[in-house]
Amino acid sequence: MTAPLTATTPRTRKNKNKSKIGAAGPMTYVIAYAFVGICIAPVLYIIIGGFRTNAQITSDPSGFPSPWRISNYVDVLSSPMFWQQIGNSAISAICTTIGVVVLGVMASYVLARYTFVGRGAMYSLFAAGLMFPMTVAITPLYILIKNLGLTNSLAGIILPQIAFALPTTVIILVPFLRAIPKELEEAAAIDGTSRLGFFFRMVVPLSVPGVVTTGILAFIGAWNSYMLPLFVLNNEASYTLPLGVQAFASQYSVDTARVLAFTALSMIPALIFFSLFERRIVGGLTGAVKG
Amino acid sequence: MSDSQGESSLATKTPPRGRSTAGGGAITAPSPAGRARRGRADWRKRAEIALLSGPAIIMFLAFVIFPVVMAAYYGFFKWKGYGVPTDFVGLENYLVIFKDTAFHEALMHNGFIVVMSLVMQGPAAVAVALLLNQKMRGRSLIRVLIFVPYVISEVIVGTGWGLMLQTSGAINDVLIKIGLPGWAVDWLSDPDVAIWSLMVILTWKYLGFAVILFLAGLQSIPEELYEAASIDGASYWQMQRSITLPLLGPTMRIWAFLSIIGALQLFDLVYIIWGQYVASTAGTSTMATYMVANGRNAGNYGYGNAVAVVLFLISLVIALVYQRFVLRRDTEGALTEGKKK
Repeated sequence: MTAPLTATTPRTRKNKNKSKIGAAGPMTYVIAYAFVGICIAPVLYIIIGGFRTNAQITSDPSGFPSPWRISNYVDVLSSPMFWQQIGNSAISAICTTIGVVVLGVMASYVLARYTFVGRGAMYSLFAAGLMFPMTVAITPLYILIKNLGLTNSLAGIILPQIAFALPTTVIILVPFLRAIPKELEEAAAIDGTSRLGFFFRMVVPLSVPGVVTTGILAFIGAWNSYMLPLFVLNNEASYTLPLGVQAFASQYSVDTARVLAFTALSMIPALIFFSLFERRIVGGLTGAVKG
Repeated sequence: MSDSQGESSLATKTPPRGRSTAGGGAITAPSPAGRARRGRADWRKRAEIALLSGPAIIMFLAFVIFPVVMAAYYGFFKWKGYGVPTDFVGLENYLVIFKDTAFHEALMHNGFIVVMSLVMQGPAAVAVALLLNQKMRGRSLIRVLIFVPYVISEVIVGTGWGLMLQTSGAINDVLIKIGLPGWAVDWLSDPDVAIWSLMVILTWKYLGFAVILFLAGLQSIPEELYEAASIDGASYWQMQRSITLPLLGPTMRIWAFLSIIGALQLFDLVYIIWGQYVASTAGTSTMATYMVANGRNAGNYGYGNAVAVVLFLISLVIALVYQRFVLRRDTEGALTEGKKK
């Protein structure tokens, strides 16, 4: 079975578009676009809703704006609180990402390239971390943060976010770093490079693809994080965007149009980030499934 | 300097046990000079290991392992969340949990969500993935758009759907406009309807993720199989049934695992929508919302932590059973197939 498989590989690559993937009929397009419509309709409802007035929403809950008003969006964009919360989310997500990547690469490097007593135990420890969702640890975590005096500070959500993202990062990066050929390391050693030198000059550049995938996962996780900020941040000035949206929605619950505008604007950064890294995200998932 | 570096790279080649005795005991070292150098290299290696992995381990122990252990500890106390817990009650919290009908309800909801997620999302995601795996115009744009619900945060999803599903919201308005006023119901506050509303929102949010996962799985199915089947005269449906679905098995089982664990831990969406628009999670409570409502929000930290432990144990048992009986088939299958080859 193996031999014919490898023999036919070049031919099949050429034929890829012919056999398995038949050209789609019109029905396929109808179903596919209907599905896409269902996926983005609620998102469009939020964005378009922001252009309406409350009177319009009350009289015609599912209608289009007539006329379109940008005042809700202008209001939100000119509110310092909105920008403050975007800033908080950005700081939290960026610091979490950097922390996860730096600590994750260093620990994964040790796990992948050093032999020492307790390595297996260390790997198992991180792997077991996958089984500890934040939900389980949230109350003691909150108390710990409180005792450290970090409530209402972004550090109080960044540190746990880094810690909880480490297991995934280590699990993804260790095989990646292990795959770097031993010969490279030996050649570097012959040239007089120490292991640490090898780490910075060879490992860091070579692990970029894996690092980008884990970094994106950490960034999205931190950007959308809800439960931890809910427990740790009680002061509106320290809120991240998800908490800000919720606070805004309950504070202005009668002002639906403005809530929709706030919600719409708060989703733009995530959507821009996603469209920039879409290939990486999907590619990372593909890798995870194949591996 | 260069000497010790050369030594350290040599050290990587020797088996770990030999090296640790040379560094630690140093009795068997061949010569005093060798012993000194080995000792230095070994010390250097240990320093590197500590330096590189230390920060991650400390963070992980402090913010993951320690809180989890503390959850188990606090669960034995009637603790209000401040000071040192002193009111040790043993297993009383656990007895209360198992007697509380509100917890039973939450547990039933979790079970319902687990089963319905698998039943609703699995087949739908496979069908959509098969559809999108065909050659069609705008395919990459479609793939981006169906991923949008997964990328936006739970709060945005909750706010948008919460507003749409209100009694006077857009969904009911559309139903009335298209001549189905009888279908316009109280989507969020009627407990019998609410869980279905939640399922629709969950499906909407997580279907794109499943589709992308299955599309990735489909890409890894070898082309030759379809060629061989089409030469043998197999129809499209025959090919899907006897090639695609079996070979998509591992992806499906991994997706199902993620879906089950996610459904057991579900908190955000329920807490956001039913806290914001209905102010009661009746009909949609989950173990996690029960934990927060009866733990932190009620001031009973000890009790909340006992709930967390129960939630964790249930997830753990299900995960272990799943890995033992379902995921193992993948490794076994791979082994037997390897033997056949």
